[in-house]
Amino acid sequence: MRHASRLVAPLDDEAVRPLRSGDRVLISGVILTALDEAHRRMTEYARENRALPFDLEGQVLCYLESSPTPPGRVCGPIGPVASGRMDPYTPLLLDLGLKGMIGRGRRSPEVIDSIVKNRALYFGAAGGAAVFLSGCVTRVESVAWPEMGPEAVFRMRVEDFPVVVLVDARGNDLYRDGPARYRGGGSPPSKEGLTGGP
Amino acid sequence: MAKVREVEASLVTEAVRGLFFKANVSIGQDVYNALVHARDRLEESPLGRSVLDQVLRNHDLARDGHVPLCQDTGMALVFIDLGQEVLLVGGGLAEAVDSGVEEAYREGFFRKSIVTDPLFDRRNTGTNTPAVLHTRIIPGDRVGLLVAPRGFGGENVSALRVLSPGQGPREVLEFVRDTVEAAGPEPCPPTLVGVGIGGTVEAAAIMAKRATLYPVGRRNPDRRYAELELRTLEVVNALGIGPAGLGGTVTCLDVHMDFAPAHVAGTPVVVNICCHAARHAAVTI
Ligand code: SF4
Repeated sequence: MRHASRLVAPLDDEAVRPLRSGDRVLISGVILTALDEAHRRMTEYARENRALPFDLEGQVLCYLESSPTPPGRVCGPIGPVASGRMDPYTPLLLDLGLKGMIGRGRRSPEVIDSIVKNRALYFGAAGGAAVFLSGCVTRVESVAWPEMGPEAVFRMRVEDFPVVVLVDARGNDLYRDGPARYRGGGSPPSKEGLTGGP
Repeated sequence: MAKVREVEASLVTEAVRGLFFKANVSIGQDVYNALVHARDRLEESPLGRSVLDQVLRNHDLARDGHVPLCQDTGMALVFIDLGQEVLLVGGGLAEAVDSGVEEAYREGFFRKSIVTDPLFDRRNTGTNTPAVLHTRIIPGDRVGLLVAPRGFGGENVSALRVLSPGQGPREVLEFVRDTVEAAGPEPCPPTLVGVGIGGTVEAAAIMAKRATLYPVGRRNPDRRYAELELRTLEVVNALGIGPAGLGGTVTCLDVHMDFAPAHVAGTPVVVNICCHAARHAAVTI
């Protein structure tokens, strides 16, 4: 496995080009969060030719949700939601300059085509690692549509946020290629591993 | 007249609250050990090992900092074994449970994810209630409580099929394999798979759910089912889905099956999948 490379968000073509699906990446810089409701709103704006309250050019958009922020912390535990929910809205946002997305789960063929066309990247963050991920967030501020509550758009400053390239700008999809590599392989279940219970 | 034991409803509330506090921040030692073993011994993919490592470090951080290990703190699932000699006083059972859930989710800064109506009024109830409650009346004067905050990655890809009488173990295995394969990365593998076989459709579903809560490494007491569990685990792990679905040799930590007598005309089979954030906690009052 290659060592994790470092990326600074927002991204440009130069940063995107060398990365391949399966690469581990540590992202630092500024990323935006948006979920379903915000995606619907962004699409409305675009259809009506209205300027968005934030610039999408080169941005990394993450599909992160969180638990409420406990006192004394920057944010609550955070983790990626199933990205497929955003698929219908994504090609349009990529056309508007979006360069990266962080989520988990498979994307539609239309999204993958659009990633290739717009030379972008789709990154995966691990589900069930929410405290670990929240430790990489140093600042959170509201950017737009506060009426959406926790689903509003936030700007997050992150440091070494760990992700894996799931779909690269050539359209290689790790969810297809990774399992294919290990299919049929694998050691038989070991007795030892199955008796670890208390 | 037989003796009854009075149990204050507030005791149930207090217990449920405590259990959700515990379950949301720490997984059982069995799952933890299985994840360690997967990282150190079983997983062949370097990327898969790095995912498992992240997950394990997350467990330590969550437990030590008393913060939920996953941001999806789930729907509150509560199994109650109510001794028939228990007389609950000072409130209703469902209300007592819901109060405990509400307090835990408020005080623990856990996410509230329940909407009032699935189709027409998706308003958040704001309390993470109502809980899903399964109650059994059992002999004795104890109250057994088992709670499980259940995220929906695994629920979303769970499946039901009713086998015809001519179908058997092979079809069960194939159904589990196909369900896990179709689920791919969505349920946050490595998962725990519960399979309920027989009874009626809802009985099979409850068996499957309970089976996901069995300790890793527990085998069905019936040798034939135990063998089917192990064979299914092997076949599922040969799919290559791996940790987080990135490819690898550990897709599933264990498969647990439960069965019940079936009607001559059909055998319901439910496959319930639980993510590696397999949270649950139990206590007896
Ligand atoms: S499937 Fe489990 S680990 Fe994954 S996000 Fe949902 S609750 Fe968390």
